[in-house]
Amino acid sequence: MSETLLDINLVTKKFGGFTALSQVTTNVKQGERFGLIGPNGSGKTTLINCISGILQNDGGDIVFGGKNLQGLLPHQRTRAGITRTFQIPRPFHTMTVIQNLQIPLEFISGAGKSQKEIADEAMSILETMGMADKANEETSGLTQIELRKLELARAIAAKPKLLVSDEAMAGLTGQEVDEVLQILFRFNEQGMTIIMIEHIMRAVMQFSHRVICLDAGQLIAEGTPDEIVKDKDVERAYLGA
Amino acid sequence: MIAELLLNALTAGILLGGFYAAMSIGLSICFGLLDTVNIAHPTLIILGAFCTYFLNSEFGLDPILAGVLITPVFFGLGWLLYSAYYQFFERTSAQALRGLAFFFGVLFITEVVMIMVFGVDHRLVDAPYIGGSYAGTFLGMELSVPYRMVSVFIVAAIMTLGLHFFFSRTFFGRAARAVHQDMMALSLMGVDPIQIKRVAFGIGLGTCALAGAMTVIMLPIEPAVGRLYIGNVFAIVVLGGLGSVSGTLVAAIILGIAESIVSTFMGPSWSPAVSFGILLGVLAFKPTGLFGVGDTR
Amino acid sequence: MRYKFEIGCVIIFLIAFLLTQIGGMNRFFFFAGFAIMQYVAIATAWNILGGYGGYINFGTAGFLGVGTYTAIALYEYAGASIVEQMVAAGLIAGLLGLSIGYFTLRLKGVYFAIATLALAIVLETFVNNWDFVGGASGFSLLPKRKPELLGVLLVDRKAGLFDNYKEFLFVIMTLVAIMSVWIARAIEHGKLGRGLNAIKDNEEAAECMGVPTLRLKLIATTISGSLMGISGAIYPSYLTFVDPLGAFNLEFAVNALAMPMIGGTFTWMGPVVGAVLLGTVQQIAIVTISSELNLLILGVLLVVFVVAAPHGIMGWFMKKNK
Repeated sequence: MSETLLDINLVTKKFGGFTALSQVTTNVKQGERFGLIGPNGSGKTTLINCISGILQNDGGDIVFGGKNLQGLLPHQRTRAGITRTFQIPRPFHTMTVIQNLQIPLEFISGAGKSQKEIADEAMSILETMGMADKANEETSGLTQIELRKLELARAIAAKPKLLVSDEAMAGLTGQEVDEVLQILFRFNEQGMTIIMIEHIMRAVMQFSHRVICLDAGQLIAEGTPDEIVKDKDVERAYLGA
Repeated sequence: MIAELLLNALTAGILLGGFYAAMSIGLSICFGLLDTVNIAHPTLIILGAFCTYFLNSEFGLDPILAGVLITPVFFGLGWLLYSAYYQFFERTSAQALRGLAFFFGVLFITEVVMIMVFGVDHRLVDAPYIGGSYAGTFLGMELSVPYRMVSVFIVAAIMTLGLHFFFSRTFFGRAARAVHQDMMALSLMGVDPIQIKRVAFGIGLGTCALAGAMTVIMLPIEPAVGRLYIGNVFAIVVLGGLGSVSGTLVAAIILGIAESIVSTFMGPSWSPAVSFGILLGVLAFKPTGLFGVGDTR
Repeated sequence: MRYKFEIGCVIIFLIAFLLTQIGGMNRFFFFAGFAIMQYVAIATAWNILGGYGGYINFGTAGFLGVGTYTAIALYEYAGASIVEQMVAAGLIAGLLGLSIGYFTLRLKGVYFAIATLALAIVLETFVNNWDFVGGASGFSLLPKRKPELLGVLLVDRKAGLFDNYKEFLFVIMTLVAIMSVWIARAIEHGKLGRGLNAIKDNEEAAECMGVPTLRLKLIATTISGSLMGISGAIYPSYLTFVDPLGAFNLEFAVNALAMPMIGGTFTWMGPVVGAVLLGTVQQIAIVTISSELNLLILGVLLVVFVVAAPHGIMGWFMKKNK
């Protein structure tokens, strides 16, 4: 775990007169578990949107696996190996659970595969997530935790090198949080680099090798979970001066 | 010679811009503040025009007075229309597609009803300020300004400025702008966001009454004319930036001048192409428009 | 039974053909039949982008009109045959769809819808002032006498395959309708259809899951516009007189929207059901009530279905069978 996978250099993003991100600089190493925290409105989701390509950053560079992502559309970045989940799950609501997974399987790694092969792959992913029995269900019938797991399952189907999990545990019970945490640990053991955005501090601290903290668009702290917890700037950002 | 043509085109363009602003301001409110794409807006303006015509030809009412009188009726219509829209689409967050189709249905039904009631002939109104023009000189060049364009411009200016003031200074106006940004916050402050939206949409549609009066003063109307203005009105709203009343005014004048110049030097048949070209151009290069801050994706 | 659909298409074509061979058929039947087949083609074409992808096109009349006037222009300029007219119309209308799409499909669907609405007006105005194709007064198109294809005399009162142009073009229109439905079904069951479905459900998620959203939207718009153009190209030969008011009529736009929405937008069968049902009703209505009342009912039906039955007739039908 020494090679840099994602390089974020002086990334800036403005919306009219409002600066959402200001010269954010950090990097994520291959195989790392990376935490991203910060109070609401600090720019976490904006940063993720810039990494995944939904927004194009105004200044700075984002380099993934040695390749500058400037100008690349989201679907191109996904094909390059970056996948993100959404804070509020966004299933394809007229499709069944398994069909949801078949979309990334077909569009990213599906060349030359038959529909049956794709369906089998989707099924095996659902089995690892414990959702095989819901394969043919409409997404409208799923519970919150099931929707979160679907969101993750779909992201896994995209076979990412880097997974960005955007508040996947928000609103879940303690047990459900552990469930999601286990899933993420397992993916990481298989070699996936993971960036976790979370407000649930114990999850971030348990999970991460390194954590950065944003506040008002700026990176104010970077270090191990222990260091971050003790950092004065982080405390001030969350609790006020 | 060219300079004289240019002077007249420019003057006509500015006056035309005022007229267009009056037509577009209602849509700017509905589309910009409420995210409702009321494509029936221009057709409803023609409905207002026909009502004005009716009051003018049957009772001899002054067109502008008629327009003012029917404004409350159109406000009520807007209130009802938004209530229906909210009930069927927004509340259940149905696909945007269906809301759009709904307004298209409204457009179509309105046009057909007008054809059934008024027929397809062109209609005009009569008033002392229609017909005839002011002829004078400016910087040694001859300038001819039709009276009806001046009167329409004056009414349009009053209406536009009034609405601008309303939406920026009054509590209701600011609440309406707030409802676009954060409905939850507004309701937490004790204001019913749906009520605000109903009133705002009612105002937007209310403008159709007076805008309709201005339309029938400017030119002869028939039921299909509304669709001719869809390009104009949307080009203005998009160019000005969604939700910006002052932006609408500026954009309207820009479009008015552009159309007037093209019309003078290339012929009036090219006018729709001007607004369409501006619409596409803005969407391609700066979708948020001149003054808008909104999200277009 | 495999190939149910393919066999069905062949049967329908044969029926249409045989109907023209029987003597003594009422002329009005072919008139109505042509209109219905045209609407099947148009509604199906509309649905490829509108129903599958979720992007509404209000400017169907514009694409049809472009097809119509490309056909006229080619006929006037080079004496082109029907087939040549149709191919050219398909190409030009497809290009038009691609261009409009290029400018507007990167933004929210609403902007595409508005642009198509404005487009129809601009095109109508342009044609109104284009004297080469007759301008506002219209164009009279007299099809070739005794046309031949591969040595077979196609249209001739005594010795032709078809007695007259109305019957010949009815069969051509049926072919175009079948082709449109074939293409729509292939799209629906294929990768493009699945991608469009993802786009319609949640475009941002689709994009992040590897679906090239802009590319797929452009492809769908081009195919949709192209098919509409081809349908429009047959029109002038059939009516022998066309003017911009008729070619760009708003009625086309409303029907193109109403028929799939009433029939059901999620399947190729929806536009077909909607077109046959609404088309037949309208053809009957035209001879019994005023055309305005007919249109009013159409508008009201559209609104009622949009509000109350968003999945259309096919949706109701499938729910019953679950």
